[in-house]
Amino acid sequence: MSLWALRGLRDGVVTTRWPKKPDEYAGAWRGPVTVIGGAAAPDVDGLCPTGAIEVAGRVRVDQGKCILCGRCVAARPDLFAWGAGATGPGAAALTREALVVPEVAETDEAVAVVRAALAARTTALRRSVHVRHVDAGSDGSEEWEIQALLGPVYDIHRLGIFFTASPRHADVLLATGAGAAGLAGPLRATYDGMPDPRVVIAVGTDAVSGGLLGERLTGVAGHVPVDVFVPGSPPSPFGILNALLIATGKLR
Amino acid sequence: MTITGTGPAVAALRDALIDRTGRGERLAGLSASRDGATVTLSAYVAAPGHVDTLEAALPPGATGYPSLTPAISAAFWYERLIHDQTGIVPEGHPRLAPLVKPGDPLPRHVTGYGLFTIPHGPVRSGVFESMEYLVETPGEAIPHLNMRIFYKHRGVAGRFTGMTAGDGVLLAERAEGIASVAHALAYCHAVEAIAGCEIPREAALVRVAHAELERIANHLDVAVRLADAAGLAVATARFALHKERVLRLVSAMCGSRFGRGVVVPGGISAFPRKPAAEILAELAARQKQVTGDMRALLGTSSFLDRLRGTGPLTPARAREHGALGPIGKASGFADDARLTRPYDGYAELAAAPPGAHSAGDALARLKVRDEEITQAFGLIQLALSDFPERTQLTPNVPCAPGDGRTLGWAEAPQGEVLYDVAIAGGRITSCQPRSASFHNLVLMHEVFAGDILTDFPFIEASFGLSAAGAAL
Repeated sequence: MSLWALRGLRDGVVTTRWPKKPDEYAGAWRGPVTVIGGAAAPDVDGLCPTGAIEVAGRVRVDQGKCILCGRCVAARPDLFAWGAGATGPGAAALTREALVVPEVAETDEAVAVVRAALAARTTALRRSVHVRHVDAGSDGSEEWEIQALLGPVYDIHRLGIFFTASPRHADVLLATGAGAAGLAGPLRATYDGMPDPRVVIAVGTDAVSGGLLGERLTGVAGHVPVDVFVPGSPPSPFGILNALLIATGKLR
Repeated sequence: MTITGTGPAVAALRDALIDRTGRGERLAGLSASRDGATVTLSAYVAAPGHVDTLEAALPPGATGYPSLTPAISAAFWYERLIHDQTGIVPEGHPRLAPLVKPGDPLPRHVTGYGLFTIPHGPVRSGVFESMEYLVETPGEAIPHLNMRIFYKHRGVAGRFTGMTAGDGVLLAERAEGIASVAHALAYCHAVEAIAGCEIPREAALVRVAHAELERIANHLDVAVRLADAAGLAVATARFALHKERVLRLVSAMCGSRFGRGVVVPGGISAFPRKPAAEILAELAARQKQVTGDMRALLGTSSFLDRLRGTGPLTPARAREHGALGPIGKASGFADDARLTRPYDGYAELAAAPPGAHSAGDALARLKVRDEEITQAFGLIQLALSDFPERTQLTPNVPCAPGDGRTLGWAEAPQGEVLYDVAIAGGRITSCQPRSASFHNLVLMHEVFAGDILTDFPFIEASFGLSAAGAAL
């Protein structure tokens, strides 16, 4: 056993200082695509495999459908750019509509109302948050990124966040996956088993919109009420951590 | 039982399969496609150098055919899947319960005084993919285990239909997320074979590098889960750190931690953003650390005690089923597509044959993974050393597939992935992905001889499979 104790000291402290200090890796992350140009009638039909690009009046991207394939950025760098960074208010959304960029005019106020309501609900959770994860039909990659949060690099225990086996002990539900029919019941049962106040985070583009499977499966919001949306296919562990902190009022 | 509408075709298929599996070839998959009133069975038979598709058309309007499973046990889950997908009944199948469709709980397999069933899942303790294990037990031993994988069924195979060849690779990457590169490769190999295009040599080498990085990450993930199951906190953290660093290296190379977007029909989308020399320097540091920690792990007796003799798969069963990847290798059955049916850069790089194992237990599976990690580091080193200046290179060639249907394969960390792709008029008309997870998971029924409830996490982790890939 002493052998492993010594091995544990080898690399020193590898844990990120985020959110107290900025993290280089989180900052360099390429997030869902944003719109940088505003060409009047751009030829972008069929560019996006999930139909995230909307051309109504002006070009908009529904980041909730973005699977980070980067085709639009490669084809039209004048119009589209990668989102910058895995953290910050832009990396998670409190309403589904807020994922459409650039924002529709009235969304800002609506988001402020939602934010205030969420904050009021989660004030009691401040220093100790227990999380239950449910896979509702993911491709498996989101689970890896959530598991990474328990590793030494992200180490969410330092922030007072713990995973729990029982929904009865859980404050936050992390739901991944496109919302497969077989898991609609188990997902709902898990949510129903959680005591109030409870918060639901949809992790990943599949959970937000169904992603590439979006014609038949439209994410988890049809099964449980989602409070925070994190797009990405999959999102970075920082993106998931960011959403956890936003959901519990530790980050605004 | 009435056998309706069976012609000589299925009998001939069965005879051919019995003959070929008897000669050391293996059934690598079975699928069914419906064209109007006609259903055609396609059996994939893997032989050195190639994978053949044997077909048997059922008579028009047929509602069933004599099951192949009694003669070829590897067809067990495939026939249940075909029944779910097409409604065609494999008559005489030993246990024709739904597999990817919801069904009633399976009847108890073993009965007797004091026996009960522990339902475990689909929502499980910890961060796991959803699937349900029904553990039949008198309290400690596990005389039988049932699995229900339908929860995660997303209809991936059907979603391919109508996509362009270029879009299809995006879905292939998301069929089994932890083996994105291997699925993209298997899919692209099929598309490239239809198009008859030859990818640039350097693109083939970058493909190898990404595929091997994916293998390292997956095998490290297995080490994390095994160490965690044994309660070795430091070892768990160490291997989680190594895995995270490998994923970060992948994202520094291509922007995605899972190598998504790299493989495209005709080559790769772009060369790594990180210079080859930097990648190799980083990998050399990783290899030193991983090797040291793996040696320590394989020298920790309290850990070895939990793995030795746990979840044994007999060599005879491994051969009969054609067990893929590390599970097969640990039981003395090694059919590694990189060696026997080389693709991309593997022919040039000549991967070393796997070491001989026959114990078939969780420890042997970990040792196989340890060897594969070492080999993967070596292959990446070979692939990326002497890499020419990227400015002189083209990452891909145009790949416009005409009409056709063919098989593509690649060796995922879990074992061989097969894609049966048909394209007509520039669109996918049918695509049958077959993951190693699907082919191998059924073997978990058979490895609990003498093992008890507390061995379960070790056996599951040592299989290293993905529920997403199994249920598709």
